[in-house]
Amino acid sequence: MIYFEAQEVSKNFANHRALDNVSIQVKEQSIFGLLGPNGAGKTTLIRIINQIIGPDSGRLFIKGHPLDVQHTEDIGYLPEERGLYKKMKVGEQALYLAQLKGISKSDAYLRLKQWFEKFGIEDWWNKRVEELSKGMQQKVQFIITVIHAPSLLIFDEPFSGFDPINAEMLKEEILQLKEKGATIIFSTHNMASVEELCDDIALINQSKVILSGNVQAIKQKYSSNVYQLKLRAAQMCDVSNFSEMGIVSGFENQSDLCSFRIELNPNVTSNDLLMASMAFGHVTSFEELMPSMNDIFISKVTGNKIHKKSRK
Amino acid sequence: MTILGPILMAALFVVPVYLANVSDQHKKIAVLDETGLFHDKFPNSNKVIFENVYMSYQAASENLEALGYDAVLYIPESVINNPNAVKMSSEKDMGFGIVDLIEGVIKKELEAHRLSLSGIDKKILDNVNVNVKISTYILREGEEEQSFSEISYILGMLGGILIYTFIFLYGSQVMRGVIEEKTNRIVEVIVSSIKPFQLMLGKIVGVALVGLTQFVLWIGLTAVIVFSLQQLNPDMFKYKEPPKVMVQDKGLSQSDMAQQQEALQLSESRSNQILEGISHIQFGNILIVFVFYFLFGYLLYASMFAAIGSAVDNDADTQQFMLPVTVPLILALVSLNFVLNNPDGPVSFWLSMIPFTSPIVMMARIPFNPPVPLWEIGLSMAFLIAGFILTTWIAGRIYRTGILMYGKKPTVRELFKWMKY
Repeated sequence: MIYFEAQEVSKNFANHRALDNVSIQVKEQSIFGLLGPNGAGKTTLIRIINQIIGPDSGRLFIKGHPLDVQHTEDIGYLPEERGLYKKMKVGEQALYLAQLKGISKSDAYLRLKQWFEKFGIEDWWNKRVEELSKGMQQKVQFIITVIHAPSLLIFDEPFSGFDPINAEMLKEEILQLKEKGATIIFSTHNMASVEELCDDIALINQSKVILSGNVQAIKQKYSSNVYQLKLRAAQMCDVSNFSEMGIVSGFENQSDLCSFRIELNPNVTSNDLLMASMAFGHVTSFEELMPSMNDIFISKVTGNKIHKKSRK
Repeated sequence: MTILGPILMAALFVVPVYLANVSDQHKKIAVLDETGLFHDKFPNSNKVIFENVYMSYQAASENLEALGYDAVLYIPESVINNPNAVKMSSEKDMGFGIVDLIEGVIKKELEAHRLSLSGIDKKILDNVNVNVKISTYILREGEEEQSFSEISYILGMLGGILIYTFIFLYGSQVMRGVIEEKTNRIVEVIVSSIKPFQLMLGKIVGVALVGLTQFVLWIGLTAVIVFSLQQLNPDMFKYKEPPKVMVQDKGLSQSDMAQQQEALQLSESRSNQILEGISHIQFGNILIVFVFYFLFGYLLYASMFAAIGSAVDNDADTQQFMLPVTVPLILALVSLNFVLNNPDGPVSFWLSMIPFTSPIVMMARIPFNPPVPLWEIGLSMAFLIAGFILTTWIAGRIYRTGILMYGKKPTVRELFKWMKY
């Protein structure tokens, strides 16, 4: 089921087009990655979803209903640049921001207590924000983002600025939130986190969506029939035997263990390769090489072909 | 400021009255009169006491301290022909007041002496001399009302400066708040929950309430201080109505003379004049008008301050945009003196109609008599409200774009573009 949908959304600023007919679909209870280089328009799209700014054209829906003011209570937003009122106490600030999202003070108080306990930070309640370290502030900010149990969570570059421990914690929390039924959109440059977390992605470049869909399907689509082989050769390790099946590269030979990559010719299947390998020697490893999201990202954005050397 | 303010304001009321009443440490002056003309002619008061001494000038001036005098006044015999021969020596400066007093007495006595030498009786002269003092009245609805332009001047100045100070004080508080929210990026979280316009208006109204609370505290505490001082020292602050004196052509009786004397003294007493003036001021009306102009003047400017705050990343960048906002405020402040001298002139009229200057200028006009016509106040208030709505609308448009713009400081032209988004 589609939770959020944007249809042909465009937004112009004074002298440039920030979004050009952008359409995305986010499935319910999934994690959606919004990828793209700096200045591609990710933050503009996120601000439009948060109704901070309006689109010039195009339509947005949440569960089939046109996006409107009431939906702000269903959305939790953690912006890329994060900050809090420095002089205010942690607890009262969290209470205030929670109430802005439409929950009652007593309810907000109970929920905050639970979250503070969960993170083991109860004694921060009466501290001023400026007394906390940056990492501590980000924990507080995360709690504020999720305090009203939103069904749609939007994180803009969530892993930037978090130290590895907090980033791991954040990752865990994002997965837990998804388990509990939340739909999550996040924008990132961090391709490793995309492969780890995302179900679907949309790649935005120069204001346009240039690639979108399921992560596995995209990787499949951009795979180019390349296999990595390791085998113990019966005789000499002579890869010229394989040259009829495809282009061989990365040949290595350690005593009788030889390994190489091969990009198969279009008419050759992986089974043909396996059969040939079995005749050649004892196969210890046989793997199709998938392009990483990083490779796909770079090739799509720069317009180059996927660079073979960067493959795993 | 909350505590200090009322004390300062109370001082503005109390100090002039107090100063008019207090006596300086009184001074003793030895009078060495060789002519005998001035015997007992110098009036003793609580400020200065004159005593005749009979010794040489040399001896007196050398033993001034031992004799217990502050100064010695030497009037040589030659004074009758040469009035400049009088001299006074003291260890400390005696001040203009005393010198003036002495010069006056000597002049008067010398004149009388010379008149009598010419055969004119002092009594004839006294009858010929007339003292004229004009009391100014304002005609309103057939009744006469005494006008107190000095008091009005001070009140007008005070009101205008207070409004100017409040607008700047609380306006820049709004601006700093907006810059803070923008630079620590919390604004993005907040505007994902509420509209930027609501946030801006909320900040402006919040600071306005802080300002009003502070103002009410000031007025309240000032009133308490002034009132308790009045209770402690009722005589000093009580306005005494001069007794009415029937003027007759001839033959004032002894008691009439005394009464007239008292009336004259009271109407000439500086502190009594101030108190009389204050007792005629309609503080209630002024207060209502003040609160209105304070509130809406602030609202008009606060939205502009908020827009400036939203456009920049730090305090230092505000300078360029502050200029066009502060110029009308400063213009109004500079024109105060002119307005106070011509409260009913065309310049005063127009400045009190233009919303950007009216809060300050109208406050300056209000205390004067005759009062500013109601239609003028109404029109000025209507313009001010309209101006407030207009600036807030424009500021809101700049604000909602500005708070999301980081990095480069925008130009004024870009601000105009933001208005149109």
